[in-house]
Amino acid sequence: MTALRSNRLALLAAATACLLALALALVFFYAPLDADQGFVQKIFYVHVPSAIVALGGFVAAGVMGALYLRSGNPRWDLRSYVAIHLSVIFGCVVLATGSIWARASWGHWWLWDEPVLVSFLVIFLLYCVYYPLRYSIDDRERQARAASVFAITAGAFVPVNFIAVRLAESFTHPRVLSQTGGNMPGEMRLTFLVALAAVALLYVTLCRLEIAAKTLSAQLSELRRALESAHVGALPGGPRARRSQAPSTPAASTGAGG
Amino acid sequence: MPALPLDEAGKYVAAAYVIFAVLPVIYVAILASKIGRLQSEVARLLELVRDERSGR
Repeated sequence: MTALRSNRLALLAAATACLLALALALVFFYAPLDADQGFVQKIFYVHVPSAIVALGGFVAAGVMGALYLRSGNPRWDLRSYVAIHLSVIFGCVVLATGSIWARASWGHWWLWDEPVLVSFLVIFLLYCVYYPLRYSIDDRERQARAASVFAITAGAFVPVNFIAVRLAESFTHPRVLSQTGGNMPGEMRLTFLVALAAVALLYVTLCRLEIAAKTLSAQLSELRRALESAHVGALPGGPRARRSQAPSTPAASTGAGG
Repeated sequence: MPALPLDEAGKYVAAAYVIFAVLPVIYVAILASKIGRLQSEVARLLELVRDERSGR
């Protein structure tokens, strides 16, 4: 079963690498240069898909949090945690690539009066609070419940924020998914969709990798405990020695599988 | 602002793509080292269990 899962992960990683390579080839050899921005517009193909995937991941984490509260199954809590973790990493990519693009295109690293930029930063900072909130609670069940409530509330905030930003008047940042900004030529649209699929697949692959690592860690802890209580005694570096300092991660309360 | 010439725009595009590539690579490297630690711990536990069995 583990070998099957590991094979599936390897296949997923290979598919991600192929799709990313295809996306890069399309970006640099197929998509035409933008008439207005020229070569700098190529940043669009990593910046926008990363933003869509990060925001989608935040919403998905909220749904998983709700599933945890409904079922009490710690696997949903683990998935919600991993989705937020990866969305924060993708959020870093969005902020960094966006700043570079802004500098090249508008001559500024950041514009505080631009609703799209500031709203994304607000969402990003909101999710940065997730970690101190989660790890400030020692009891694992309470920790998972509080984290799930946070994931649901913040996840509901993401689409509300998106709609509010669409309603606001934008002076500088282009609208990608709209009647005017969305009118890309066919080659650009195809390249964008392939890049979006590649980034989404990268997100899923990294999620599965982290879930596999955390599940393995939880299984190992369980094995240690079983060995300790059976006959081997206190193992070097085991939970008895580490219990006082080990932070409680969602995997620690997760059973086998993931 | 007018479009930047290719030589100047190239720096920005390269920087953006390097960030996009480097962050996931760092993440995977951290995970790989963690999985390596877990594997060595599994090997140590296995050795302890075998020692325990042979000691009986």
